Amino acid sequence: MGLPGDIELTEHGLQATGRGKVLLIACGALAREILALKELNGWDHMDLQCLPAKLHLYPDQIPDAVEKAVLKANAGYETIFVVYADCGTGGLLQSRCADLGVEMIAGPHCYSFFDGNAAFESRAEAEMTSFYLTDFLVRQFDAFVWKPMGLDRHPDLRDMLFGNYTDLIYLAQTDDADLNRAAISASERLGLRYSRRFTGYGDLADALATAAR
Amino acid sequence: MSDEDDIVLSELPDEELVPQIHDDLYDGLKEEIEEAVHILLGRGWAPYDILTKALVEGMRIVGIDFRDGILFVPEVLLAANAMKAGMAILKPLLIETGAPRLGKMVIGTVKGDIHDIGKNLVSMMMEGAGFEVVDLGINNPVENYLDAVEKEGADILGMSALLTTTMPYMKVVIDTMIEKGMREEYIVLVGGAPLNEEFGKAIGADAYCRDAAVAVETAKDFMARKHNTVAAG
Repeated sequence: MGLPGDIELTEHGLQATGRGKVLLIACGALAREILALKELNGWDHMDLQCLPAKLHLYPDQIPDAVEKAVLKANAGYETIFVVYADCGTGGLLQSRCADLGVEMIAGPHCYSFFDGNAAFESRAEAEMTSFYLTDFLVRQFDAFVWKPMGLDRHPDLRDMLFGNYTDLIYLAQTDDADLNRAAISASERLGLRYSRRFTGYGDLADALATAAR
Repeated sequence: MSDEDDIVLSELPDEELVPQIHDDLYDGLKEEIEEAVHILLGRGWAPYDILTKALVEGMRIVGIDFRDGILFVPEVLLAANAMKAGMAILKPLLIETGAPRLGKMVIGTVKGDIHDIGKNLVSMMMEGAGFEVVDLGINNPVENYLDAVEKEGADILGMSALLTTTMPYMKVVIDTMIEKGMREEYIVLVGGAPLNEEFGKAIGADAYCRDAAVAVETAKDFMARKHNTVAAG
């Protein structure tokens, strides 16, 4: 399966191939990482469908979008696994998945499961004033942070929007000098202290390994 | 929303100036709002009328378009900044001239959460609607809320959270209020992006408010009920 571009993943997501026993229904922001894990582990029996990553900006739309995808795909696969964390749905996605009889990845959001949910939770208080980016969000910083927050049009709003934050932590899934530079630039634009933490795929790898069985 | 180029605010009659203020608020034009407030004061308008008919009504329209997905957070923030500038002129005058007080609210973002945009909008709209607001800021442990509602003699406790991980703390606050036998003394309103009505009910809040305008209307309803109960009792 070829690697789709970020803009395609943001706007349209990724269609499933229709081949495999297990279907992963995921956020478009996780496509690269899931495809990398699939390849690494030889999970050829897993198919991947991604919903548009831009749903990240409208969490209230996620449960309906996931339900629609599950119902549409249900007959064609033995198992469906939802690769969305709670993602700001306030528990609604979890209860929707339970109603649909499908499992989903644990955690409040992708920052957390990349970092490892337990570790992320244990650092919650110490990092309360930290703003997180992942590889995808570093690449798509303008589309997912700068523009939706209106900072392209009104840079003077920066302190009103980010004034309570002190740090930007780049949770890196890969070692990539270009991404590191881009993340530093993002921190400078937001006026936040920078740090990078290599997480790899964190709990995502374990969750997919379980789903693969 | 409108073409500002040729409009001289001071030349507009009241019936055109007030809708123009609504437009200028919508467009987040802080200086125009300040100018228009001064013009209306100069024309003998009561500060309370300027607040309610021009500013609050203008923000109500902004709130509706935000709810309907026509306006987004940055535009609402700019409108709020403009309204705040107008309110800063009116506030001392409102104290001098007197204005109806609908009740008192203590509000704050819960422990572990530093997000305050929504909370600040609610504070501002509640003040504009005639509530006295004590804003505790961000990252509030249960003691902050309980001490403040008692000390301030508040009618309403408002709690805000943006994170799925912090919103359960609202239940900690409400449960502590129950333990201390003080829950029934206060109207508890909750809000924040990941919340929903079901969550509000589950934690024992009086109401979930999906946005600032709903918070104001809900607070007014509850205060009216409270007064009715007192009157009937």
